[in-house]
Amino acid sequence: MSLRRPAKNQPENFEFNPSSLDAAKSIVAKYPEGKQQSAVMALLYIAQKQNDNWIPLAAMKYIAKFLNMPYIKVYEVATFYSMYNLSPVGKYFVQVCTTTPCMIRGANKLVEACKEKISEDESVLSNDKSCSWMEVECLGACVNAPMMQINDDYYEDLDKEKTLKILDKILNGEKPTPGSYRGRINNEPENNRKTLMDLKNA
Amino acid sequence: MLKDQDRIFQNLYNDLGPDLTSSQKRGDWVNTKEITDKGRDWIINEIKDSQLRGRGGAGFPTGLKWSFAPKEVGSRPHYLVINGDESEPGTCKDRDILRFEPHKLIEGCLIASYAIQAHVCYIYIRGEYFIDGQKLQAAIDEAYEKKLLGKNAAGTGWDLDIYIHYGAGAYICGEETALLESIEGKKGQPRLKPPFPALIGLYGCPTIINNVETIAVVPTILRRGGKWFASLGREKNTGTKIFCISGNVNNPCNVEEEMNIPLKELIEVHAGGVIGGWDNLQAVIPGGSSMPLIPKDKCETLTMDFDSLMAEKSGLGTAGVVVINKDQDIIKCMARIARFYKHESCGQCTPCREGSGWMWRMLERMAKGEASKDEIDMLGDVTKQIEGHTICAFGEGSSWPVQGLLRHFKDEIKKRNKFDPIVKENKNIPYLVDQHLLDKNA
Repeated sequence: MSLRRPAKNQPENFEFNPSSLDAAKSIVAKYPEGKQQSAVMALLYIAQKQNDNWIPLAAMKYIAKFLNMPYIKVYEVATFYSMYNLSPVGKYFVQVCTTTPCMIRGANKLVEACKEKISEDESVLSNDKSCSWMEVECLGACVNAPMMQINDDYYEDLDKEKTLKILDKILNGEKPTPGSYRGRINNEPENNRKTLMDLKNA
Repeated sequence: MLKDQDRIFQNLYNDLGPDLTSSQKRGDWVNTKEITDKGRDWIINEIKDSQLRGRGGAGFPTGLKWSFAPKEVGSRPHYLVINGDESEPGTCKDRDILRFEPHKLIEGCLIASYAIQAHVCYIYIRGEYFIDGQKLQAAIDEAYEKKLLGKNAAGTGWDLDIYIHYGAGAYICGEETALLESIEGKKGQPRLKPPFPALIGLYGCPTIINNVETIAVVPTILRRGGKWFASLGREKNTGTKIFCISGNVNNPCNVEEEMNIPLKELIEVHAGGVIGGWDNLQAVIPGGSSMPLIPKDKCETLTMDFDSLMAEKSGLGTAGVVVINKDQDIIKCMARIARFYKHESCGQCTPCREGSGWMWRMLERMAKGEASKDEIDMLGDVTKQIEGHTICAFGEGSSWPVQGLLRHFKDEIKKRNKFDPIVKENKNIPYLVDQHLLDKNA
């Protein structure tokens, strides 16, 4: 288990803006009547998106009222799942996978790059407050290791040099192109494809 | 090597595009009505004949699982839940199905829902795969537009709605009952079984839970016949499987191959060989991080299927093959896996919550050579005390890799950890009052 604590400085109020409200209503409709509690995970995502990538306690209280469920249940969910950020993480949130398949292909170099460019310690905002990084567990792109995730996008087949370039871009406020950084197509064996060749050449 | 025409996932590398038109060219959604017209019993029997085993790790026969759903729908509706919470280190097969073959999955959902009489299907996707989930959502929207979903889906007379539910970074939600808890909007902590979800599952209703890959192969099996599927691989380990080969290989890749393929062929032919040559191989994790590793000498002849790996005291799991060569420190690799399990334990059962942390800390010290000799056996003890003493299989999943390490690399650990805490020599320790106790000749 990991220890997760809410941030010290919390905003007083939180409310869904109109577009979040629409999204929330359509999500509640996905679940059977009386089972609106199911929507809590999706609603926390919406709150996180609206509030610069993190969830204040006020948002949890708001969602609890919205779904007519006890606040503690929302708090439980928000602290259990690791993708809900309970303190500010910056506009660009860099997650470096360091689990074994990535580790043996050099994920520690990516961590070094993050330390050089963003901040010495994980989960600490960069000087311009736009960016933070952390080590995470397997992100499920082991064939493209080492890799990292920035907000929703996967950046795959990296090394230190490429990571530094990507981080430079996000620190300049640009969005680098996601995907493989060794020019390979999806998960095919690079330069060594033996299967479905008719389709490749078609 | 498997013939190209026998590959189910023709678009594994996205040569053709994942949209509906190109999927239909590959044979998806053609004559879906003819399949459902043959009836529920025919579908379930055909899947039983194909001997399809669940692709999510446990390898439970799919046809048998479907037959557990109540035959008549009572006051409680039935649900189909698809498990796309792919988080096992070494595994990335479902992601390719979600983004490149979504229509195989959606059609599979329709057929499976019809077979178990469910009108609602939830697809649970791990939160990190948000972009891939959006691609699946686009395919679902496309299917609704073409009347392949919704009322009278694809002209079969069956109503089906599919919804995506995103997880939020909890590995444990890949466990079926934890997944149900998560859909219900709670912490993802597994439930006690029985009652099994087939009778009391989501919202207390009968629920069938299948892996993404299992459901995605169903339409092709029914089109080409259970016999065709059973003719691939070997008895009880039939069909094809997507293998993910990662780690120290020249060309890490996903590839669909026949069950029972030799591990050496998988690594040498598809993945371009081990970095530094076959002799540089140290060990292989054959089925995702929770399966015990297998040392090099056994890799020569090993074949990849459920039963032959079980005979080697390992397992096929999700078929995420992680290759580790001699440049890596094997103890460190396993310590990192132990850290993964320590992080992902849901905290419900004490042996797992505490034990996963113990294992991690002991392995970290062993990697540095700071552990004492006795701790090697103590670590073995800890794994035995976790295994089988937890509500779900996470206990096994976290202790098996450590047991695998102890089974095959004990000498390596012993070599590095020679420190013995028991004082054997006559040492002059001034603050020890009972000096005479150290006298060996006494």
